[in-house]
Amino acid sequence: MNDAKTPSKLEKILSAGHYAVTSECGPPRGSDPNPIIEKAELIKNHVDAINITDNQTSVCRMSSLAACIRLKTMGLEPVLQMVTRDRNRIALQSDILGGASWDIHNILCLSGDHQSFGDHASGQNVHDLDSMQLLQTVRQMRDQGKLLGGDEITRPPEMFVGAAANPFADPYEIRVSRLAKKIAAGAEFIQTQCIYNLDKFEDWMKKVVDRGLHEKVYILAGLTPMKSAGMARYMKNRVPGMDVPDDLVKRLASAPKDKQAQEGIKICIESIERLKQVKGVAGFHIMAIEWEEKVPEIVEAAGLYPRPEV
Amino acid sequence: MIVGEQKPLEEVWEMIKGHKKVLVFGCNTCVAVCHQGGAKEAEILAGLLRMKATQESVDIEITNSGIERQCEHEFFETSEDEIEGTEAVLSCACGIGVQFMAEKYAKPIYPALNTTFLGAVEELGIYTERCQACGQCVLGQTGGICPVARCAKRILNGPCGGSTNGKCEISKDVDCAWQLIIDRLSLLGKMDVYETLAPIKDWSADRAGGPRKLIREDMANE
Repeated sequence: MNDAKTPSKLEKILSAGHYAVTSECGPPRGSDPNPIIEKAELIKNHVDAINITDNQTSVCRMSSLAACIRLKTMGLEPVLQMVTRDRNRIALQSDILGGASWDIHNILCLSGDHQSFGDHASGQNVHDLDSMQLLQTVRQMRDQGKLLGGDEITRPPEMFVGAAANPFADPYEIRVSRLAKKIAAGAEFIQTQCIYNLDKFEDWMKKVVDRGLHEKVYILAGLTPMKSAGMARYMKNRVPGMDVPDDLVKRLASAPKDKQAQEGIKICIESIERLKQVKGVAGFHIMAIEWEEKVPEIVEAAGLYPRPEV
Repeated sequence: MIVGEQKPLEEVWEMIKGHKKVLVFGCNTCVAVCHQGGAKEAEILAGLLRMKATQESVDIEITNSGIERQCEHEFFETSEDEIEGTEAVLSCACGIGVQFMAEKYAKPIYPALNTTFLGAVEELGIYTERCQACGQCVLGQTGGICPVARCAKRILNGPCGGSTNGKCEISKDVDCAWQLIIDRLSLLGKMDVYETLAPIKDWSADRAGGPRKLIREDMANE
């Protein structure tokens, strides 16, 4: 792929041919910035960029933008996650400009879980744009220096533009087409849904590579270590679009209760090792949900430490 | 057609109980098809309200009747007297009928129904949403299945990552609109259309643009 087009450190690492490592932090359900600071301190030396989730699972939290700014003040590299559920095109573009004013150089464009999953199920959803149209919007703002309305932007945002991909959602037959569509809309990097079914992921990647899409977009494989067999069952049965094979649940369940977390970490590391062999995988997105302290251990054991300087 | 659902009896009772004379007034088109607001349902509702009045020892005269449509002037002609002769009306029409009556008569007009959606009769007793009247139809690009009305996130470039076994992430009882669209595009041999990006939608023809109006000048001027 071409040289980096933005000042994004994440883009520079990927374009230099290194595996990128990203992680995520969920903002707190209050105005205390310390949880963000503490989580970021735990992982900052082991990842290249930190995603801040945007009211994930539709539970109201501190804004992603504010938490990203907090990371910038710590000298870290945030990935601003933005969902189309809660804001119309005016608010989305306004927040993109706000983020750009703080030199936030990465954005992940998402539609967001339905609000019925969260703590404000009776609220409206917006979806003025969808995630693909948000990708187009950011690219237009960056590359043409224009708002959707057509007006010029003074100092356009310089953002490396990403999207999510879920190889495990249905219908499977369009999952590669859908990735192609996101690339056409402007996606430059992809962070995938948590991968537990590696066979299926490999099949998807093979089709991605067959179409040459891996040469058009950097694909970061998503991983979430399981804390317990209970969590695995919950992910399998309750989380939309998640594919957790029975074997994995069994493996966790067969470990003693106090060793299941350790087994979950082990599975995560083994997965990264296997994914390194998969053509087209450009990096790893390790989402250790409320378990950020385990990220350094995973990154080190998977041979991804130290992180490159760019 | 417009689908509606009767409000709980208690809610209806709270609205009308302060009046001396109330007409429960059915609308015999859309909301009669879903068996919620026709003259027949108005009669049943009036009966229930009379029983409620007796139970509560409230002195209130409750009558019932209905017309073909409460959204057109001409249908009211035969009912002018009974509407004039009542203190309040409990309209069993959709929200359009309730408002149309309120504009015509200087007396309280209450809704007996919650207007729920624009839908079809899937089978007897099952009514499902098909259209949100967004004002700019995309069915020509989506295999005849509407993502605006039938996707919980009205995603124009779907499906989202929550589609599982053909069902929406919000419920196993809800079909994923994009699964339906893809199945339909496959059936029609039009899957190549799938990779065309749906443009950013102009929602100004939707609710977002304010109350909408259609004028047929050739007819309106007559």
